[in-house]
Amino acid sequence: MKRLLITKTPKVYVGGAFIRSESGRVFAMKDADGNFFANIPQCTRKDLRNAVEAAAKAGPSWAKRTPYNRGQIIYRLAEMIEARSLELAEAITLGSTKKSLVTAARNEVAASVDRLVYYAGWADKLEQVLGNVNPVAAPYFNFTMTEPMGIVGLIASQEASLLGLISLIAPAIVAGNTVVASASELNPYPAVVLGEMLATSDLPGGVVNLLTGFHRELVPTFATHAHLRAVIAEATADERKTLALGAAETVKRIHTFKAEDNINWYSDSFESVYRIQDTLEYKTVWHPIGA
Amino acid sequence: MPTPKAKKQKNMRSSGRTAPELIFGNLWNFDPAPETADPKVKATYDLFIDGKWTQAKSKKRFDSINPANEKKIAEIALAGPLDVNLAYLAAGRAQKSWARTPGKERAKYLYRIARLLQDRAREFAVAETLDGGKPIKESRDFDIPMAAAHFFYHAGWADKLQYVAAGKTLEPLGVVGQVIPWNFPLLMLAWKLAPALATGNCVVIKPAETTSITALKFAEILQDAGLPPGVVNIVTGAGETGSAVIAHSLAAKVAFTGSTEVGKKIMRSLAGTDKKMTLELGGKAANIIFEDASLDQAVEGIVNGIFFNQGHVCCAGSRLLVQESVAELVISKLRTRIRMLKVGDPMDKNTDIGAINSLSQLTKIKRLVASGIKEGAKLYQPECVLPKQGYYFRPTLFTGVTQSHRVAREEIFGPVLSVLTFRTVDEAIEKANNTVYGLSAGVWTDKGARILKMAAELKAGVVWANTFNKFDPSSPFGGYKESGFGREGGRQGLLDYANLV
Repeated sequence: MKRLLITKTPKVYVGGAFIRSESGRVFAMKDADGNFFANIPQCTRKDLRNAVEAAAKAGPSWAKRTPYNRGQIIYRLAEMIEARSLELAEAITLGSTKKSLVTAARNEVAASVDRLVYYAGWADKLEQVLGNVNPVAAPYFNFTMTEPMGIVGLIASQEASLLGLISLIAPAIVAGNTVVASASELNPYPAVVLGEMLATSDLPGGVVNLLTGFHRELVPTFATHAHLRAVIAEATADERKTLALGAAETVKRIHTFKAEDNINWYSDSFESVYRIQDTLEYKTVWHPIGA
Repeated sequence: MPTPKAKKQKNMRSSGRTAPELIFGNLWNFDPAPETADPKVKATYDLFIDGKWTQAKSKKRFDSINPANEKKIAEIALAGPLDVNLAYLAAGRAQKSWARTPGKERAKYLYRIARLLQDRAREFAVAETLDGGKPIKESRDFDIPMAAAHFFYHAGWADKLQYVAAGKTLEPLGVVGQVIPWNFPLLMLAWKLAPALATGNCVVIKPAETTSITALKFAEILQDAGLPPGVVNIVTGAGETGSAVIAHSLAAKVAFTGSTEVGKKIMRSLAGTDKKMTLELGGKAANIIFEDASLDQAVEGIVNGIFFNQGHVCCAGSRLLVQESVAELVISKLRTRIRMLKVGDPMDKNTDIGAINSLSQLTKIKRLVASGIKEGAKLYQPECVLPKQGYYFRPTLFTGVTQSHRVAREEIFGPVLSVLTFRTVDEAIEKANNTVYGLSAGVWTDKGARILKMAAELKAGVVWANTFNKFDPSSPFGGYKESGFGREGGRQGLLDYANLV
């Protein structure tokens, strides 16, 4: 008799734990052949608020780790993904055996791993490139350094379900931010699998929090949540407006990529220290010189 | 001034507290020392559009008032949307060739502007004080020289833009709309114009309606410098004019300095557009005094932190956090020091605190001070004589302030200091960060290590250690949280006026 497979119950990774939505809601996902695949948590505003709380708890100690340590942890995450890259590629194709899809998915996983490695390397260098000493006309040692903004909201690409997500997560966490990310709604499954890899990397719980669900339900709360200091998003015109209006309530920083532009997530522009800069504040300190 | 009783003095000494206060009463008054240089202000001003003085389409004008005596100084053209549109069209026409002008040549214009401003520094200082009410010693020694320094600093960047951002070079955004406040009229204009021009942008700028005169006088310098027409356009008016500047479709970027309330309105109004934005908004800075600080030096810093420019400073040290062990001593020293402040005619070279910029600002300060009294904070004001005409407010100290008091939470933008106390470093950090603002902070301590720890923990864009209210063109300035975003000055300030390519 053919053995019946044990199917996985998809859960999202929040605060270092695997959770279902507090609402108990799910939405059904189909595989590449159109058959039922799994029930995905349909996260709510409340889940988002809980995730922000988890990110807030993890924030101070993550930011205080040495850049060298953060770099190693992100590199370790790349190791975890590389080792399980076939599983992630299958999550992207949702079981399709169509050769072009499989190749594309494997390329996407490879690019995602490379992206993590790229940003891991920035951890202990970005300050040397972005910060500097200022030659003020007075007896002060004056310097400008960077500081993570705190908790950053991420709204990931709909199409590039893995690379689009990793491309937002990596630059935000490398500098010491913690993130709450909303995964692709079209294919949330790679984010679920990524959560399992995050859990086995050395990344402390709460640094990356992943939510699945409907952007139309989550974007307004991303926009207005006062503890999110910035939101980086691939967004439609309507979503951009919602984000900008909500951001005005607490003078939140917003960086958006236009969904309608067919963003090429493989582009070099997503490997840049200036993507990290989007999640940083500049702080200038005047320290006296004298006996 | 009342003389403290001898008995009380003795008690204070025996308990190791403050030394007896030397009060000479009115033995020596300052003689008047008015600054008499001619500010060369015209009776009427038009708009400066496309390098020419242009009448407002509506022909309407508004009065600029000297807040020190409520007398009219000049009539200024009121720009409407049509005028703002003309200014943008002129800027748009000028922008391509300005951006193509080699950086070396753009630099020369900025150097010229810096020099011409230095030449006429005294005249501009007097005009600034006349129009805005700030003490002449501040406009003379701070505002005008610093404005010139900003042009000089940024001039040198214009031909070095490939060195600003590693791996990238800077390209201009296009036309930039700028709206600036009334607290440092010419200096804020310099902060806005210098980086915008150095990076090849053209500008439509609106000064605040109560302080337009130095901006308009500055247009004369632009003409003398031979700056191509349309590169800088100056439109004058109040909020409606500002809205037109912000809303114009040709603006690739909007830069605003002013209140958080208006900043949020601007954010809402630009939602759904692709305009870039930088906002430099309000503050409620903590000035933190540890027990090991040099207290006399700290008291000078506290006074400078809150009474500089009548407290009309977004980064003013308006919340004093004193370690409990020295709180009584610091407050007593502070009271003595505040009694020595000379409040009055801004044009007098000895004046420490000049006129409040406008009647509406004076009303706002009075309202917030009344709320402080009502909510139970203890008020102290010296018994100085204020001029009969004009808008003045006594330097004010609130003690017994709690974190929930309005005077500890809201930006007053006046000479009003709220004093809170703390016991430990952690408590100081928590209280200092307990605000929606995050523009600046001050730390006073003898320990270098503590300075750097505090600097790391304070959520503020600028941290001053054993000093306060220091500025420099090479030093980036700007806020965290609801104090806005973007930086002005330094290498980082240029990034907000350019695309990285």
